[in-house]
Amino acid sequence: MHTTLLLDMAADAVPDRLALGRRGDGLTFAELQRRARAGAVALDAVGGETVAFIGLNGPTMAVAIFASGLLGKPFAPLNYRLSDADLGKLLARTAPSVAVVDDDMLGRLRAHPGVEVMSRSAFDAACLVASDMELPYVEPDIGVLLFTSGTTGEPKAAILRHSNLTSYVISTVEFLGSDEDEAALVSVPPYHIAGISAVLTGVYGGRRIVHLEAFTPEAWVEEATAERITHAMVVPTMLGRILDILEARGAGLPHLKALSYGGGRMPQPVIERALRELPHVDFVNAYGLTETSSTVAVLGPDDHREAISSPDEAVRKRLGSVGRPLPTLELEIRGPDGEVLPAGQSGEIYVRGEQVSGEYTHKKVVQDDGWFATNDGGWMDEAGYLFVEGRLDDVIVRGGENISPGEIEDVLREHPNVADVAVLGLPDDEWGERVAAAVVAKDGMPSAGDLADWVKARLRSTKTPDVWSFRDALPYNDTGKLLRRQLRVEMGRDGETSSAT
Amino acid sequence: MELKPGSRWKSAVCDTEVVVVRPPKMPVSLECGGHPMVAHAAAKPEDLEMSSDHAAGSQMGKRFADEDSGIEVLCSKGGAGSLAIDGQALGAKDAKKLPASD
Repeated sequence: MHTTLLLDMAADAVPDRLALGRRGDGLTFAELQRRARAGAVALDAVGGETVAFIGLNGPTMAVAIFASGLLGKPFAPLNYRLSDADLGKLLARTAPSVAVVDDDMLGRLRAHPGVEVMSRSAFDAACLVASDMELPYVEPDIGVLLFTSGTTGEPKAAILRHSNLTSYVISTVEFLGSDEDEAALVSVPPYHIAGISAVLTGVYGGRRIVHLEAFTPEAWVEEATAERITHAMVVPTMLGRILDILEARGAGLPHLKALSYGGGRMPQPVIERALRELPHVDFVNAYGLTETSSTVAVLGPDDHREAISSPDEAVRKRLGSVGRPLPTLELEIRGPDGEVLPAGQSGEIYVRGEQVSGEYTHKKVVQDDGWFATNDGGWMDEAGYLFVEGRLDDVIVRGGENISPGEIEDVLREHPNVADVAVLGLPDDEWGERVAAAVVAKDGMPSAGDLADWVKARLRSTKTPDVWSFRDALPYNDTGKLLRRQLRVEMGRDGETSSAT
Repeated sequence: MELKPGSRWKSAVCDTEVVVVRPPKMPVSLECGGHPMVAHAAAKPEDLEMSSDHAAGSQMGKRFADEDSGIEVLCSKGGAGSLAIDGQALGAKDAKKLPASD
């Protein structure tokens, strides 16, 4: 099934409903469809086999997704926050292609063979030209090419087929299931899977999408208020900053009904604070990967409320889980030899389902039987709640023992003097790796000894960091992913680290 | 009829259109208004009339599934005729609405 059919259906059923943008000057579904068709004609005239996109979020990006889909050409949004050199490398990889580029980013690019550049203003203008040209029907194939963030190496180009994306949309969203007054605020950038899926699920569900071009907590709160935003998705680093602004301004978010979060580990104190301060909001924790067309597990609003108010420790703990797998796919925890592990045991998370692509341009990593190894570690409790421990690459192997950084980070975050923390492994001659912690302090500087005792009392001594580094901030990329590799390099050469033992 | 995933079909007697979400495990006839549906790109046969037994209507955005054959279709355009597999009416699937996560 073609992603453009999602738009055609909505435009057919509710042509005059607002699909994109602000209440005052937004685009209707019929207008979005018209522009996508005109945009497709314009892009086709330039040529190329892929449509690259370098630019901020906004209606243009949504139009370009559907225009590319109509042509049967993959839509490849690139990370404009990369350095000019790295951005150029990715752009060169899209050839033969046409690239729609924000006007003020044109100067950052040099010419690449096989890449035709079209400015965003030229594309926008072309989308307004009425066209009677019939576009030939193209069999749906690759819908989106997404370069992974590459926090651990050279970015890989993940393939999402129209069939993966539409399967995800129609199995998780009810057609026109949203009321006309609902609006979603999208603040993740175009090159994040959540930025893509938000457009597709928003259109199919009939929910207006308002894009925030660049996230600041102030702009987010102002836009949410002005546009009467009812739904939004944020990455964990955004939520704490939004709560700070609300608190400082003494403001609420009276229109907001649901707030989903994902894309990284949510610190428990932050979500607990959010539940306290925004009791009228339904919180949803969504776990997913680029390679799975977005969400594969959700912790729903009722799960959140039950967990926060439960006297049962096991139920309370679920606030740190990503909920249960979607009913439309299968999920297993497997051990090192591929054996399926029972509840309570940690292993690698595997998923299988129609929304799972598990494909990159250079190789197919999904197994013949359809199972995709996520490279995320995790375990499930007796009731089927999934706990994600983080990338398996990040697991610290100390003297043969596998240590999950997430568990130690969670414990340290509960310390009153810890604002933020990252735990990672550093090379060690005796143990292979030793446990190191980078800490951002708050309300006074804790000592390394205090923190070590705190961890030892709650976990065990082998999980207690040997190396402590106190810093003003931790390095994150713009979508809230901790840059562990960078931190590891910095800490490896950092002579200032203090030892607690 | 080859009911491949993603293939589109239209009713011979009304406005109904569907897209195949999951193919059947065995050869079946996908029908609307009492007549086999035709490929989206093909011409509609003329002079057919809707059967009154299959005129309950189809609703856009609803998914229809048949347990025996495993086929599942999404109604991409509503119409006056109702959907059937080999003469047996297809039931609409209850939408399992999940909390919005995007």
